[in-house]
Amino acid sequence: MKLTLRVWRQRDADAEGAMSPYEVDGISSDMSFLEMLDVLNEQLILAGEDPVAFDHDCREGICGACSLVINGDAHGPERTTTCQLHMRSFKDGDTIDIEPWRAAAFPVIKDLVVDRSAFDRIIQAGGYITAPTGAAPEAHATPVPKPDADFAFEHAECIGCGACVAACPNGAAMLFTSAKVNHLNVLPQGAPERETRVLDMVAQMDEEGFGGCTLAGECATACPKGIPLVSITSMNKEWLRATRKVAKR
Amino acid sequence: MTYTDYVTGEPVADTKAPAGPVAERWDKRRFEAKLVNPANRRKHTVIVVGTGLAGGSAGATLAEQGYHVVQFCYQDSPRRAHSIAAQGGINAAKNYRNDGDSVHRLFYDTVKGGDFRARESNVHRLAQISVEIIDQCVAQGVPFAREYGGLLDTRSFGGVQVSRTFYARGQTGQQLLLGAYQALSRQIAAGNVEMHPRTEMLDLIVVDGRARGIVARDLITGKISTYFADAVVLASGGYGNVFYLSTNAMNSNATAIWRAHRRGAYFANPCFTQIHPTCIPRTGDHQSKLTLMSESLRNDGRIWVPKAKGDDRPPNRIPEDERDYYLERIYPSFGNLVPRDIASRAAKNVCDEGRGVGPGGQGVYLDFADAIRRMGRKAVEAKYGNLFDMYQRITDEDPYEVPMRIYPAVHYTMGGLWVDYDLQTTIPGLFAIGEANFSDHGANRLGASALMQGLADGYFVLPATINDYLARNPHQEPVTDRHPVVQEALAETEDRLNLLLSVDGDRTPDSFHREVGELLWEFCGMARTDAGLRKALERIPQIREEFWRRIKVPGTGEEFNQSLEKANRIVDYLELAELMCLDALHRAESCGGHFREESQTPDGEAARRDDEFAYAAAWEFTGTGEAPTLHKEDLVFEYVHPTQRSYA
Repeated sequence: MKLTLRVWRQRDADAEGAMSPYEVDGISSDMSFLEMLDVLNEQLILAGEDPVAFDHDCREGICGACSLVINGDAHGPERTTTCQLHMRSFKDGDTIDIEPWRAAAFPVIKDLVVDRSAFDRIIQAGGYITAPTGAAPEAHATPVPKPDADFAFEHAECIGCGACVAACPNGAAMLFTSAKVNHLNVLPQGAPERETRVLDMVAQMDEEGFGGCTLAGECATACPKGIPLVSITSMNKEWLRATRKVAKR
Repeated sequence: MTYTDYVTGEPVADTKAPAGPVAERWDKRRFEAKLVNPANRRKHTVIVVGTGLAGGSAGATLAEQGYHVVQFCYQDSPRRAHSIAAQGGINAAKNYRNDGDSVHRLFYDTVKGGDFRARESNVHRLAQISVEIIDQCVAQGVPFAREYGGLLDTRSFGGVQVSRTFYARGQTGQQLLLGAYQALSRQIAAGNVEMHPRTEMLDLIVVDGRARGIVARDLITGKISTYFADAVVLASGGYGNVFYLSTNAMNSNATAIWRAHRRGAYFANPCFTQIHPTCIPRTGDHQSKLTLMSESLRNDGRIWVPKAKGDDRPPNRIPEDERDYYLERIYPSFGNLVPRDIASRAAKNVCDEGRGVGPGGQGVYLDFADAIRRMGRKAVEAKYGNLFDMYQRITDEDPYEVPMRIYPAVHYTMGGLWVDYDLQTTIPGLFAIGEANFSDHGANRLGASALMQGLADGYFVLPATINDYLARNPHQEPVTDRHPVVQEALAETEDRLNLLLSVDGDRTPDSFHREVGELLWEFCGMARTDAGLRKALERIPQIREEFWRRIKVPGTGEEFNQSLEKANRIVDYLELAELMCLDALHRAESCGGHFREESQTPDGEAARRDDEFAYAAAWEFTGTGEAPTLHKEDLVFEYVHPTQRSYA
């Protein structure tokens, strides 16, 4: 396949960016999208140009590093991560636009690489269960009903890639935050910190400059792990419940 | 003197494991280890490099104990370390199934699975701690698979006959890592851990014979800085990426451990690499990495190739009696569940015979037709659905209809920095944990044991043993940038990066990485020979020489520069590859993942030679391209008597 790529190039956080056109040839349909970018970068290096910077690591859809907006969609046309998108989703002669995540809370570092440390700070605000090493009771001391365990797992699948934020017209981080709140709050082990967790994480989310949720639903459509939109409803319920409970105290 | 003319130096011994019954050694060591007064702990700084299962759990635990932790990862977030990609599960001797499991059995299986090249004391401790890990992770909210009664589910895994593997669908590594990451996040928020993401360690600082800090580069600004501490912990993972194609993450690398090796830490058993049998075959030269399919698939999938050479009929058109279910045929009692090294080599053998399937004949079938008939499609979907989806996404083939194609790929490195029972390297104050050390898996790692070892080291072993070191060295002289050793380390790092940028040749970093990787795969991969290894050893210095003449790295060092990061890692691969080949050459026996064609039984199985090679080979660096010095650690087996492994 022969393709025209239009790639966002931006020297560093303070520089102006722009879309630059490139041609790549000899692309096979078995290549992953990132392997196609590898081909471009090899070409650029040999031509003495600066290769395109992009985040990537595991290339098997689990680390959450890769983060490209492809033809306007976070992670491109398939419901998967960019690294698991294959060139068979494109046709010979296509023009493909490649941009970084766009969100106020994710500033661009270089080209297609953005700063997602706001996600880490949301987790630091309460996305954990306080269980210092060595203090744990025997694992079978507290059975967890299977539906609850499954619910927790489905939310714990979030890979923290940020596609939900990139896809949201408001740049909201509700789906990311709700995934962790729901994972931990449904478990008996998470119960003692149930209220502070949701209140602190939501407060941190707001402080980071993420937008508000208007239930556009784009986040859940873009999520490569299928975290459902109703996850946000569950978090809102948790938040209301916690607000009332804390007010009573 | 050429590289292969190595000399054998003084033996190296583990002086920290106490004598006495193996089951009492860990308790005894913990009691003998000195403690640091809780009030004094905050005065001690510990550097931790890496945030995978080992590093994340160690950083969190040391901070909980009161130490000041300064932690690094090259990723943009500590949540992304490659432990996250582990699929299958984590072993623990809980015996919840009442199927005859015990600490001793897990110990026995691990020593035997490692083909009698691991240290008994370490392995026993690992088996003991395994049960605490599950408790710890459940308390953190790790969503393990559960039964309808609310209790934890387990499954069996390659190479063992009990069901001791705890799992979270096909994402066990992810869930365990997020548990450690969350514990670490809590300590970051509390100000006990100073976290430096997107920062890569480029050298170790050793002052007066002790590890006192690191040189690291901020990957965003390119700024090179020094960080000082009372002890340094390397949790930087394995070195499988030296092969270019592996199941490792693209940026996993050997620089931290290799730089430590250059500064004096011995490197043990570098040739012990694990080639995982169930990976998706490569499709062409563009391939940048290989994807593993959890070996749990071998519980229900049946592996076969056509009986006839060159049979290119589609799999569904090959009748049952023209298929060779070769693992079931050769190993009737373990069948498709033989250990990884055996399964991988058997796949290579049938492909070498010309019976491989798929492009280039580099693949074998993993067939679920029987499982679907027996359990129903729904049950197969519930058990393996996400793996099947992943396979289909990558290959565009539907494994419910057509058998999967699999082929072995480099997956894990059992070798690593030599450590004693305290996980301390030969440099005092430098500790290595998780895959970065060599300690527990011998010549072959059993499935679901990597997660167990990473978390055992990080949550439980290191936090207990590092106390002893810090208690014995309570007041170390402060180190600053003005110290000549620090100046030298900084200058060396800067010179190396500047040189990479200034060559301005005509070859990309990837082209060199691919070249050395293919060389290793051919000569230091699944089967090794004296002649082949010598050929590789001749070629590697030539590639190295060419590298420094022809490398092209665009841009500058004072910016975000991924080509520079890559090229700098390849500098170390080009030395490490040489040591791996030398280690493989010197070990003229077959054991575990190391198969020397000269050393096999009449029926083609690996022939171990305990009389000559029952030792761990710890290599001391003497200079680039200079023959290293070999230090042997004799392995003594008091509890698990070495036998030729038999899975027939």
